Amino acid sequence: MTGTASGSLRIRELTAGYGGPAVLHDVDLDVHPGTIAAVVGANGAGKTTLLRAVSGLAPRCTGSITWEGTELRGTRVEDLVRRGVAHVPEGRGVITELTVEENLRLGHLWRKDPADGRRAVAEVFEMFEPLARRRASAGHLLSGGERQMLAIGRALVGRPRLLLLDEPSLGLAPKVTAQIMALLRHLRDETGLTILLVEQNVRSALSVADRGIVLSLGRVVVDDDAGTLAADADLRHAYLGF
Amino acid sequence: MLDRLARHRLARHLLIAVVAGAGLVALTYALPPFRNYQLATMAAYLCATAGLTVLVGLSGQLSLGHGALMATGAYACALTSAELGDAGVTAPLLLLGPLVAAIVAAAVVGGVVGLAGARLHGPYLAGLTLTLTIVVPAITTTFADQLGGDQGLSVLVEPAPAGLGIAFPLERWQAWIACTAALLTMLLLANLTGSRFGRELRAVRDDEVAARLAGIDVGRTKVVVFVVSAAAAGLGGGILAVLTQSVSPGAFSLAFSLFLLMAVVIGGTGSLAGAVWGALLLVALPELTALLSDNLATSPRLAERLDGNLSLLVFGLVLIVVTIVLPTGLQGLFSSAAGRLRRPSRPSPVDLTHQPTTDTEPTDAQHTSTP
Amino acid sequence: MDRFIFLTVDGLSRGAVFAAFALALVLIWRGARLVNFSQGAMAAATTYIAYSVTTASGSYWLGLASAVAAGLVIGALTERLVMRRVDPSRPLNAVIAALGIVLVIQAVLGILYGSAYRAMDVPFSRRPLSIGGQAVLSPYDLFVFVTVAIVMIALGLMFTRTGVGLKMRAAAFNPDMARLLGVDVGRMLTLSWALAGAVGGLAALLVVPTELGAHPHATDLVFVYAFTAAVVGGLDSPVGAVGGGLCVGLVLSYVSGYSGSDLSAVVILAVLTVVLLVRPAGLLSRPAARQV
Repeated sequence: MTGTASGSLRIRELTAGYGGPAVLHDVDLDVHPGTIAAVVGANGAGKTTLLRAVSGLAPRCTGSITWEGTELRGTRVEDLVRRGVAHVPEGRGVITELTVEENLRLGHLWRKDPADGRRAVAEVFEMFEPLARRRASAGHLLSGGERQMLAIGRALVGRPRLLLLDEPSLGLAPKVTAQIMALLRHLRDETGLTILLVEQNVRSALSVADRGIVLSLGRVVVDDDAGTLAADADLRHAYLGF
Repeated sequence: MLDRLARHRLARHLLIAVVAGAGLVALTYALPPFRNYQLATMAAYLCATAGLTVLVGLSGQLSLGHGALMATGAYACALTSAELGDAGVTAPLLLLGPLVAAIVAAAVVGGVVGLAGARLHGPYLAGLTLTLTIVVPAITTTFADQLGGDQGLSVLVEPAPAGLGIAFPLERWQAWIACTAALLTMLLLANLTGSRFGRELRAVRDDEVAARLAGIDVGRTKVVVFVVSAAAAGLGGGILAVLTQSVSPGAFSLAFSLFLLMAVVIGGTGSLAGAVWGALLLVALPELTALLSDNLATSPRLAERLDGNLSLLVFGLVLIVVTIVLPTGLQGLFSSAAGRLRRPSRPSPVDLTHQPTTDTEPTDAQHTSTP
Repeated sequence: MDRFIFLTVDGLSRGAVFAAFALALVLIWRGARLVNFSQGAMAAATTYIAYSVTTASGSYWLGLASAVAAGLVIGALTERLVMRRVDPSRPLNAVIAALGIVLVIQAVLGILYGSAYRAMDVPFSRRPLSIGGQAVLSPYDLFVFVTVAIVMIALGLMFTRTGVGLKMRAAAFNPDMARLLGVDVGRMLTLSWALAGAVGGLAALLVVPTELGAHPHATDLVFVYAFTAAVVGGLDSPVGAVGGGLCVGLVLSYVSGYSGSDLSAVVILAVLTVVLLVRPAGLLSRPAARQV
C-alpha cells in the first residue's frame, strides 16, 4: 500500500506541554499512509502527550503537525473527526454512563450521512460479537477488553483515515491484547487505515507496527523499521527493557 | 526595635490597632455628625465583612447567610436590651450585655450551620446559607409576638456618658462604640489568621485529604472558623442594632447578604485589609448611586424606582466584573502593585497563594521558545 | 380524611412546579457542575415578561410562550456572556458571578416595574372540582400537572431519543471525550442553560400567579424550595429532582394545612439542614448508578 506524501502524518519540531516544563522536545515523526507507527518508551516519556498534541488537547504546543498536506494545529478538537482523525485516549474514553449503543451512535453523530452511520454501527457489531450482545448495557458494566473494543469500534464508526490509539493493551490479558493487535493489522491491511499507536507493551506493539519510534524523556531517540528495532538486542536493552 | 516588632505578630497587630484607634478618635473629632454615623455604620459592616472574608478566603466555605447571622445578632441584642432595660440595668452593662448576647447567639447559629457545612462541598453550603437568609423574614413573621414581625423591635440605647460633656454628639459616641468593636474584631481575626490555626485553615482549603493526613481535624477546623466568623457577624449586627436603635427583617434581606459577599470579593477574599475596602464601599456606593439617581431621575416615580435599585445594579455588575477580570480583588491589585514597586523580581504573596498556575507561564514561554 | 386528600392534591400540584424548577437546576448542574443561583432571578424576569405580554395582548398563552422564549434567551446569554468567562479553577467564582446576575436582574426589574406586586391571572379556575361530593382538584391544578408532565416527557425524550440529547449527555459526563467525538461542548452547555432558563421560567409562571403576583423577589422562595428538592433528590438525578419536588410540595402543604400558620419556610430550612447533615448526596440518589 503506497500513499502519496500528502496523505501522511508529518510532525516537525513539535514541543508540547501543559503549562509547566515542556513534556515533548523537538519531535520529528512521519506516519505513512496505510501503515502502523508504534511509539514506545517508558512511563513519562511523553507518549500520551504526543497524541494529545496531535489532537489539540495539549494546551501549549509549538512546531507543525500536518495531516493530508494541511496543518492540523489550530483545528478545534471537536473538528478533528471532520478531518478524518479519530483519537482513542488513554483509559479508552468509553462514556460509562451511556450504553454501548449510545457510545457507538456518538461516534457517527457528527456525520452528514446517518444511514451510513447506522451501517457502520452494524459493521462494528459484526466485528465485535460481545458488544452486539451487550448493546443496551451501560459502559461501566463492560469488562476492560469490551471497553477497548467499544472505544475502537466507536472510532471506526466515524470512518476515520487516521487512528490515534493510546495504550490499548493497558490492563488487558495477553490473549485480548493479541486480539486487539490482530485487529489493528487487519484494519491496516484491509481498509488502509493509518495508525499511530502508543504502547508500553513494546513486544506486542512492534509485532504489528511497520515503524517503531522510541521516545525517551520527551525526545525521539530511535526511529527505525519496527522489525529491525525488535531484532536489535542493544537497543532493546538500552531503551525497551526486554 | 522596629525589626523586633515586625517579627512579633501580636505586638505588631496591637501597635497597628492602637495607632488606628488614635487616628479614628482624631477622625471622629474632625468629621461632622452625619459622617461619624456613616463611619460607625462602616465599622459595623467591617465586623461582618472581616469575619466573612476569613471564612471564604481562608477556609473556602462560601456563606450567603452572613446577613442572617447579623440579623441573629441584631435581634439578640434587641431582646436582651429590652430585658435589661426592664430590669433597670443602666450603662455600661446595658450596652455590653446585649452585644455579648449578639455574639453568643450568632455563634450558636453559626455552630449549627457550620456543623452541616463541615460535611458539605461546593454549592451545598451556599444553598443552605442562602435558605437561612431567605427564611429570616418568614421566621420574624412566624414568631411575630416575640420578634415583632415586619415592624421589628426597637433597641434601648443610652446617650453618650455624661463624663464626655453635655455637648458631646451622639454620633461621635456611636462611632467610638462601633470602631472599638471593629478594631477588636480585626485584631482577633488578624492574630487568628496568622496563627497555627490560620495555617491549618489554608491547608484544609487547599487539600482536605492532605490536611487530614497531616493530622489536622478538618471537621473541627471548619466548624470553629464558621463559629468565629458568625460571632463577628453577630457583633456587627448588634452594633448595627445599637446604631439604628431598631431591628427589622427588611434590613437583612438576601440582597444585603449578597452585598456583604460582594464587599469581600471586591476587597479580595481572605484579605482583612480588603474587608476594610469592602465595608467602605458598602457605605459609599449607595450614597454615590443615590446622588446619581437624583441627577438621572426626571420624575419622582422614576426617582423612587432608581433609589436602592441603582446601587443594586452597580453592586451586581461590579460583582460580575470583579469575578471575571480581577479574581484577587482590589487588595490583591494593590498589594501586587506595591510588591512590584518594592521587589520587582518577586511575585506578590497573593498571587502565590491563590494562583499557582499563572506564575508558571513565563517558564513555559522559555521552554517553548527554546529550539 | 377529606382534608388529607385535599392537602395531598394541593401539595402534589405545588410539588410538580418545584420539581420542574428543580429540573432546571439539575440540567445546569449536570452540564456545568454548578448550582445556578441565578435561576430564581431569571425566572422572575421571565414572569414579568409574561405579565407585560399578557397585559398588552390580553392573551395568557402569548404571555406563556414569550416567558418560555425569554427563558431560553436569558439562559443562553447568561452562559455566553458571564458564566463562560469565569475561571473554572475556582468553583466559588461561578457562584459569586451567578449572585451578581441575581442583583443585576432584580435591580433592572425593580427599576422597570417598581416594587409593587403585579397580580396575574390564571387561565383556568382554581376552585376545586368535586368528585362524589369530595373536593379534589381544580382545573388549574390539572393544567399544572399536565404542563409539568409534558415538559418532563419532552425533556426525557429529548435526552434519550435525539442526537442532540445524546450529545448533551456525553458533553456533561465526559467533555474531553465528547469533543474528540465531534461534540461542540460549549454549544451543548449554552443549550443546557437555555433549556434550564425556559423550564425555570415556565415553572415560575405556573406558581407566581397563584400567590401575590409578579415581583422581583417573587421567585426567591421558589428557588429555595426547588434547591431543597434537588438536594433531596440528588443534584445529578432528573428523576430524583421530580421526586424531591413532589416531597417538598407535600411537606409544605401538610405543614401549612395542619399547623394553621405559615411555618413552611422554617420547615424547609429544617428539612434542608437535616438532609444535608444525614445524606449530603441526596436522599434518593444511589451513588453507583447515575442513570438518566
